[in-house]
Amino acid sequence: MTDAATPTPVGPSPGASPIRRPVLSGPHLRRRYAAERRFRLYGLASIAVAGLMLLLLVGSIWQKGHSAFWQTYVEITVTFSEGVLNPDGGPVDHHELERADYLSLVRDALKEQFPEATGDRRLRRQLYGIVSTNADFALRRMVLDDPSLVGQRRPVWVKLSDDLDSLAKGHIRRDLPESDRRVSDIELGWYDVLDKAGRIESRFNVDLFTAGDSREPVEAGIYGALIGSILTMTITLLVSFPVGVMAAVYLEEFAPRNRLTDVIEVNINNLAAVPSIVFGLLGLAVFLNFFGLPRSAPLVGGLVLALMTLPTIIIASRSALKAVPPSIREAAFGLGASPLQVVTHHVLPLAMPGILTGTIIGMAQALGETAPLLMIGMVAFIVDIPQGFTDPATVLPVQIYLWADSPERAFVERTSAAILVLLGFLVLMNAVAVLLRKRFERRW
Amino acid sequence: MTSSFGKVAAIAALGVIAMAAQAEARDQIRIVGSSTVFPFATVVAENFGKVTSYKTPVIESTGSGGGLKLFCQGVGTEHPDITNSSRRIKKSEIELCATNGVAEITEIKVGFDGIVLANSKKAKHYDLTREQIFLALAKEVPVDGKLVANPYTKWSQIDKSLPDEPIEVLGPPPTSGTRDAFVELVMEHAAENIAFLKDLKNSDKNKFKQVYGSMREDGKFIEAGENDNLIVQKLEANPAALGIFGFSFLDQNADKIQGSTVEGNNPTFEKIADGAYPVSRSLYFYVKNAHVGVIPGIQEYVAEFTSTKAAGQEGYLTDKGLIPLPEADRKKYEAAGANLTKLVL
Repeated sequence: MTDAATPTPVGPSPGASPIRRPVLSGPHLRRRYAAERRFRLYGLASIAVAGLMLLLLVGSIWQKGHSAFWQTYVEITVTFSEGVLNPDGGPVDHHELERADYLSLVRDALKEQFPEATGDRRLRRQLYGIVSTNADFALRRMVLDDPSLVGQRRPVWVKLSDDLDSLAKGHIRRDLPESDRRVSDIELGWYDVLDKAGRIESRFNVDLFTAGDSREPVEAGIYGALIGSILTMTITLLVSFPVGVMAAVYLEEFAPRNRLTDVIEVNINNLAAVPSIVFGLLGLAVFLNFFGLPRSAPLVGGLVLALMTLPTIIIASRSALKAVPPSIREAAFGLGASPLQVVTHHVLPLAMPGILTGTIIGMAQALGETAPLLMIGMVAFIVDIPQGFTDPATVLPVQIYLWADSPERAFVERTSAAILVLLGFLVLMNAVAVLLRKRFERRW
Repeated sequence: MTSSFGKVAAIAALGVIAMAAQAEARDQIRIVGSSTVFPFATVVAENFGKVTSYKTPVIESTGSGGGLKLFCQGVGTEHPDITNSSRRIKKSEIELCATNGVAEITEIKVGFDGIVLANSKKAKHYDLTREQIFLALAKEVPVDGKLVANPYTKWSQIDKSLPDEPIEVLGPPPTSGTRDAFVELVMEHAAENIAFLKDLKNSDKNKFKQVYGSMREDGKFIEAGENDNLIVQKLEANPAALGIFGFSFLDQNADKIQGSTVEGNNPTFEKIADGAYPVSRSLYFYVKNAHVGVIPGIQEYVAEFTSTKAAGQEGYLTDKGLIPLPEADRKKYEAAGANLTKLVL
């Protein structure tokens, strides 16, 4: 801009075409400056819009999902009665404790708390519904960890059911008529009594991060999906990174320029644009039906996603290799390095930041995929935490999809919470990319 | 650099081979099938996994048709053991199964599911008949003795008693079992009760099928995808629209949406259970008998699903919105599960 403002030397040489001199004064100049300012303003506005959208997206997810990080507990006084846990008397037997009827302990405790609700069958069902359906498993764990509890009377904190948990979090409006609420007037009354007695407490929802999937919203966690994602991504990285980088190095540094390499190049570029579900179909046909690999396994998921990621990595790696100045190669050759040495000692290290960026972008894309996994059975309800690459597993985006599709209202907040975790995972991966880039970055 | 890449690649390849070899045996049940049965089957599976020493079954939601296709592909650990279905298995599917070596199948009926037409509580409540629904949603309707493209744009044009609101219905796509059931229970039934179409049925069966099976495509009936939660959210945002989905979603969102009355009956738990509410269908699952004893726990899973504790009148599945079978029927299927009674159509 300043260059344009400096006056051009006057005096055209004879015979040359007349030089168009910029008009440096008056309205013309003002218009140019105005255009300049407008252009910058458009840019700023675009960034502001993009930022606002992002803020809106994250904000609305956070607003819906943050309450899922908390879980409401209720204190009930449980009598670990000998009659239930050790009915035949004698020494306490571990095997017996494993199979005892813990549900009756929970129910007895609730009946003791609200004796007025024990008569009517319907009322009793509502009463039992105050606590999570898994409260008995919590008691079982407690007793198995500490058999000396048998015969004692203890206050125990157990989870509230999903409906009352929603009530505690303010998701259920009390002013609605009873028929329109998930929580009846009686349950509201019970909740208020417990709340006044200080027996209701909100705690950090550890299970969200340590439990597998469940159809009971208060018990459901993303740990299984997280492990599934990590296992799948590991396979994807192990397969796509070496193959992708090798392919890029060969194509860029060694391959002769001919029709064949042109065809390969065009195909790679096209593959990058193929819809991901196609890779799922390919995986189904090749890995499951032909090789007979197990369904729903992170191994197969990883391989399918690796196929999907390969073009991205190859393209990014090739442009990173292209960006290494030829002078580096020439200098190395000049000093007598072999082509292999030139690539491994000089070109590849210099291209590494770019390659890593491309890889991470590809991986981040793969992390968010569900479509190709549908065909190979990874979109499934899986409770057990996967222990290895061939165990049935699911991944984070699939977990989000499954929760979003569940009828229970309490899954709404958990869906958003899972999205937040997935976003966190992505930010982490990008941070690693930035870090690695900083470490390897070299300037010339 | 390359040498270390090579090592990594070699290790990965070795690992793949090693794991493929050990993946032969399978010790957990694999279930596929209907997305309508999915919410119930998953609850049973989870409980089964917790109270028994078996692994929790893995359940995929593939849709009824897709599930039966996978199920009928053959016998062997790479094929599923059980498939859920929101409609009864077809004769053609049994034949497909048989040609692939799946000769013996046990049929278990687990309960009923109501299909509801619901709208936002902010809007007027609809009191419909199946005929009115047909006239609002079919692509072609008979007017003055002729089949014409559906001319109705407002409910009040169909019947004076209906609200003066534009017709806008969100429903499931053709791939969904809910759509199949809706077409069968509402559209076909209504068409049979309209004199003109009844005559058509007698003269040209295929044309009749096409008439009741085609939903209108002029934007009054909107295919809103398989996600019922999404339909509920859309209804909330758009009080003018009605939505078609499973009863459990109405049950969970009773504070926001109301179910339309169909032929004088409200879609409530009791009305669906005693059959008064007309738009309800049976839910099934099918067991591959050849896998019993090969994959551990199949019979125990079936027993859990058909037990009083789960599918009984007050079982835990009713909390999730399943309408239970009458007690005698439940006992019948409990026995069928125990004896692996072969299905004969």
